[in-house]
Amino acid sequence: MQYTSLLQDKRLTILLSGEIDHHSARQTMEAVTSKIDVYLPRCCVLDFGGVSFMDSSGIAIVIHTLRAMEELGGELWLANVPPQPMKVLRAAGIEKIVRFGAERSPA
Amino acid sequence: MKQENETLVQFPSLSANEALARQIAAAFAAQMDPTLDELGDVKTAVSEAVTNAIVHAYPDRIGPVSLRLRRLPENVLEITVKDRGCGIPDLAKARQPMFTTGGAERSGMGFTIMESFMNSFTLRSAPDKGTTVRMRKKLTGRGSAE
Repeated sequence: MQYTSLLQDKRLTILLSGEIDHHSARQTMEAVTSKIDVYLPRCCVLDFGGVSFMDSSGIAIVIHTLRAMEELGGELWLANVPPQPMKVLRAAGIEKIVRFGAERSPA
Repeated sequence: MKQENETLVQFPSLSANEALARQIAAAFAAQMDPTLDELGDVKTAVSEAVTNAIVHAYPDRIGPVSLRLRRLPENVLEITVKDRGCGIPDLAKARQPMFTTGGAERSGMGFTIMESFMNSFTLRSAPDKGTTVRMRKKLTGRGSAE
């Protein structure tokens, strides 16, 4: 798992790539949380465009990130989620609690 | 008539082997000509089953996990993941969505995903003897219409 992040107008975009599983989840979760703690964004975008596989560990990462953003009074958006990770997120009903399509999110 | 086939691999309960198990399952399933969607379902279900064995079966040590893959008639893939660890004390509770005894990086959705991504799912467990997950999925095969 590798990640690049961009900060623009209090909007933090984290580009996730590779395979998300239990083996890589803790490291990813810590990296995402520490970026949120440093930049205190109003909006965080997790961009799944480069994710080639994701199991239920990804659900935990999304929920953990959502809680971190809620503590800041901010928003979480998920962007560019490929079909396989999307099916896993849907199994947990994530689409009911998180917004998708960050390209249209408020800057 | 396509030949039946099977393979059996065993590996220690190290989290690095989660990706290995998925790749072995995907490579075995390839002979059954699955769609990309079916292959994703198989990899996800294997990842969940193997991760459960790695996280929960051997809390204080590294132990063996086996993955058996069988190609059954009518293009059915059977996946069996077995450990010889501590067992699951309450199977009904373990299968509830969002229930987990794992850490913050666990979602408690593993069994729910295995059940919904595969056509059949059975779970057997005995204290200190281990846990066996068996799943089957019929793969439509991209060339099945020919």
